[in-house]
Amino acid sequence: MASEAQESFWSGFRRNPLAVSGLALVTVLAAVALAAPLIAPYDPSAIDTFHILEPPSLAHPCGTDTLGRDCLSRLIYGARISLFVGFVAVGIATAVGTVLGAVAGFYGGWIDTAIMRLVDVMLCFPTIFLIMAVIAFLEPSIWNIMVVIGLTGWMGVARLVRAEFLSLKGRDFVLAARISGASNARILFSHILPNAIAPVLVAATLGVGNAILTESALSFLGIGVQPPTPSWGNMLTEGKDNLEIAWWLSLYPGLAILITVLGYNLLGEGLRDALDPRSRRE
Amino acid sequence: MGFLLFLAKRLLVLIPTFIGITLISFVVMHLAPGEPMTIQADFNPKMTPEMRERLRAQYGLDKPLMVQYATWLKGLVRLDLGRSFSADRRPVWDKIKERLPVTILINLLSMGLIFAVAIPLGVRSAVKRGSAFDHMSTVLVFVGYAAPSFWVALLLMLLFGVKLGWLPISGLHSMMGYGEMAGWEKALDWARHLVLPVLVSSIGGLAGLSRYMRSSMLEVLRQDYITTARAKGLPEKKVIYRHALRNALLPVITILGLSVPALIGGSVIFESIFAIPGIGQLMWKSVMARDYPVLMGNLVIVSVLTLLGNLLADIGYALADPRIRAQGEEGG
Repeated sequence: MASEAQESFWSGFRRNPLAVSGLALVTVLAAVALAAPLIAPYDPSAIDTFHILEPPSLAHPCGTDTLGRDCLSRLIYGARISLFVGFVAVGIATAVGTVLGAVAGFYGGWIDTAIMRLVDVMLCFPTIFLIMAVIAFLEPSIWNIMVVIGLTGWMGVARLVRAEFLSLKGRDFVLAARISGASNARILFSHILPNAIAPVLVAATLGVGNAILTESALSFLGIGVQPPTPSWGNMLTEGKDNLEIAWWLSLYPGLAILITVLGYNLLGEGLRDALDPRSRRE
Repeated sequence: MGFLLFLAKRLLVLIPTFIGITLISFVVMHLAPGEPMTIQADFNPKMTPEMRERLRAQYGLDKPLMVQYATWLKGLVRLDLGRSFSADRRPVWDKIKERLPVTILINLLSMGLIFAVAIPLGVRSAVKRGSAFDHMSTVLVFVGYAAPSFWVALLLMLLFGVKLGWLPISGLHSMMGYGEMAGWEKALDWARHLVLPVLVSSIGGLAGLSRYMRSSMLEVLRQDYITTARAKGLPEKKVIYRHALRNALLPVITILGLSVPALIGGSVIFESIFAIPGIGQLMWKSVMARDYPVLMGNLVIVSVLTLLGNLLADIGYALADPRIRAQGEEGG
């Protein structure tokens, strides 16, 4: 039965060209990030004062920056930062959202009311303002950024998981588990949660794109990943400062962000369509 | 009457949410390893322990947390948000007040633009589903949704500001000669400065809303009453614009309400890029300068703005949906 469901999932996914191209983009980017030391043509932090602000050429396909560093190499290493931040932040957000949503949906009553009120309140903060406030108190660093992005991005997942739990907890298989003497925790985590995993997976995939966008915006504003660590966001800060003389510093890092976020969004939407037969009809 | 009841209920729900917002802000304020109000003093080498204690007492930091929260909340209600740490020591509310109109203006303009473009785009995509137009707009939507707004801003500045020289790329109005301009010239000058910021701040919302509009429209077009309308022999235009569109627009109002935080959040980015003196830029500056009172004031004010935006969306929804009005009457 499981294989039948898998097969229908794959056939749905494969027939969606956008989803397949999303998967391809995501795979290639992960490979680039992993193999960065092997494929980067130069050391990303090697300063070369004889080749400052050179436009794209055969030797430097994406040009060089104000310190003569090779932009392509910095872009390749930047992929590591972006993906790392994206994955960890989404991991945190998904874990927090899943636990709170599951507890709210399963127990109901005042616990549910309290958690959902917290969700409503958190959603009132424009996320970037909240993140900036926290970062100002903590010090910008890649670790703080990941944790803060994660802790301000769990609300959507919590709502999703809660809704799944509300509809699943009355089903027969839950009743069967309860009759056979399973504890609440066991019912929650080993019986209901596996059945609620599909929408979480979709939300997490889409979340990676969002987290990468947030990280790059913060780094661009100077309160994210700090130079000299290359991040696509802080590379764009340099692009802005040299807008009039070096267009390549502005063009390529943004393109890298666009492609990455696009990849995760396409993959996420493709997963959603393939997992949910109702939306596939559209 | 039903509507008034609905409004009253909504306003009542705002109170616990507002308290929640202030509580979370207060928690954030106490995250710092030291105490935010004395961090400034920490950098002062001449600070003696006695002076530090006096400063703590002056800011009320020696009192229990609940008392501190109550004092802060009391001030907040009276819009007394303390004084800025910066050299001018001005009241925080004064700083926010003078910047608020610009941010609100740009956000309203963006919202107008989003509405004006996204809805026809979404409707057309849905009606001509599977056509070249639909595919094109789907691709554009995905790209628009994934493009970082600050990067788009840089590219537009590069193209229209640097290469073509058509549009100014920073500030709200020209630096030179602004004083001598006539009224309409000033308006034109403002408009020219606002084109790029408004464009940039609407891209994300535009992509999101047109996608949403498309699926909402597709959902409605599947309904039985649309088939009925067509079977009655109504012209297709009438079916789409009178029967389908009105119902498809309803959920879009909610989405617009939900997009308020993202729109306001975007102000930080485009205001700091285009050097626009709004609250987004103030937020950024206060983060860079560790100006904690301004930071906290900003955080609370923008979340209250979001709360109001959501309320407006709710009201819009209620006005548009007769079912809600009816519900209110049943309840009352």
